[in-house]
Amino acid sequence: MNALSVQNLTVTYDKTPVLQHVGFDIPKGSLTGIIGPNGAGKSTLIKAILQLIPRTSGDIQVYGKPYHRKRRLIGYVPQRSEVDWDFPTSALDVVLMGRYGHIGFIKRPGKKEIQMAQEALRKVGMEDYQDRQISQLSGGQQQRVFLARALAQDARIYFMDEPFVGVDAATEKAIIQLMQEWKDEGKTVLVVHHDLQTVEDYFDHVLLLNKSPVGCGPTQKVFTMENLKQTYGGSLKFIGEHSVVLQERV
Amino acid sequence: MFDLLSNANTQWVLIGSIMLGFASGVIGSFVLLKKQSLISDAMAHATLPGVGLMYIMFEYKSIPLFLIGATMTALLATYSIQLIIKHSRIKTDAAIGSVLSVFFALGIVFLTYISKNTSGNHSGLDDFIFGQAASLVASDVRMITIGSAILILLSALFFKEFKITIFDPLYAMGLGLPVRFLNMVLLGLVVGIVVIGIQMVGVVLIAALLITPPLSARYWTDQLGYMTILSGIFGAVSGVAGTVISTIGEGLPTGPMIVLSTSVIFLFSLLLGSKKGLIPKVVSTHEL
Repeated sequence: MNALSVQNLTVTYDKTPVLQHVGFDIPKGSLTGIIGPNGAGKSTLIKAILQLIPRTSGDIQVYGKPYHRKRRLIGYVPQRSEVDWDFPTSALDVVLMGRYGHIGFIKRPGKKEIQMAQEALRKVGMEDYQDRQISQLSGGQQQRVFLARALAQDARIYFMDEPFVGVDAATEKAIIQLMQEWKDEGKTVLVVHHDLQTVEDYFDHVLLLNKSPVGCGPTQKVFTMENLKQTYGGSLKFIGEHSVVLQERV
Repeated sequence: MFDLLSNANTQWVLIGSIMLGFASGVIGSFVLLKKQSLISDAMAHATLPGVGLMYIMFEYKSIPLFLIGATMTALLATYSIQLIIKHSRIKTDAAIGSVLSVFFALGIVFLTYISKNTSGNHSGLDDFIFGQAASLVASDVRMITIGSAILILLSALFFKEFKITIFDPLYAMGLGLPVRFLNMVLLGLVVGIVVIGIQMVGVVLIAALLITPPLSARYWTDQLGYMTILSGIFGAVSGVAGTVISTIGEGLPTGPMIVLSTSVIFLFSLLLGSKKGLIPKVVSTHEL
């Protein structure tokens, strides 16, 4: 069964198409890397699916139902740079936000919610930092707080936007471990990713994107040089058979 | 002085200034963190033509009517700013600056017209510019007190929702929260506080009551909850201090006195605040 099905998705900024006729299916329980060059529309794709930005056309189904009816099943880990980390709040408070959809309007988080948030922090190795002001956390620790928030949300499909950018080794390990755990629980994970060298290690599925999809499916089948050349154009240099290096065109 | 303060009317005015100061401190915390302090100043200035227009149309002083007029022009100003930013090459600061001046100028023109051309009791309209607590009558004070109480209550009700939509609006949208509606509510709170506060503080300076108390509070805490309460207390203390000073020193406008009080609290917080205050910071660097 497909956890996510996207059809004919088009997004336009100021009359310039950013995504054109994007369509693909993501099977339940898969770990999908969304790969493509800068400006390929990877983050835009996630935001358009989550209906955070307006789209020109497109039909999105979650477990065979329209998106808005299954919104509760979706978890989102935004890019770390998108929030103001000087905001007066603690790590635990941010994780609690993951429960806001469940708590309901106007009501306050109770004991049960706080316990769930603490448990989520423990799972990402951040239990000692729950009262820390968020600006006093390292980049990796901030990312782990975001992960804990997604964990506390207890979603079925997770979208992560560049979670590996600027994090330390411990955080990278925590992210991979969590993704694997989610997969084992039958959850579906989609990750915007740009390090081509780790794609084969991290993901069992890939979506190659450059304004429209070049390929989507199991990593072995889709993550081929042929497809990568088509996705990246001339900006790729291939070294050896399995390792690829991205080289900016000068 | 004590005679003056034991006067029943003065006591009511003091209660009004406490409530107004507290409400603006609370709402200001959200406005500051949303980085909309400057917009709130433009909105405050833009209430003046709305008030003037209502007086020209109906020729009598009625707070509910003024509220309607002020809300309309404040929202019109906000909308104009957004429109200018979206559809021209003019940047945010220039857009806010020009809209603020145009609306304020229009307000002054209306007030001048009123003082020259209308009959009836229009005394007190000038007070809308700098605020005059002494000119408040019982019904004004009642309106300020009840209005502030409602605004504080709304802030408390939507506290969790404001927190998440200001900190991480995209994530809040992802959770399915009505982010647009919440932004509208916050805008409504700002218009509300400006409109009920203009008679006491004046359109020119009411924004300072939204900006300075939360700025000061941020120097003492890293928790939004404490910050809003502390900011409310700072606002209330400033409100009382400004009102008392302006009542004792006859003819001193209330708005500037309140704003000077908030500034004293700010200086104190900037120097001594336990979170990144200048002196504690220097001391802790030397200890390390």
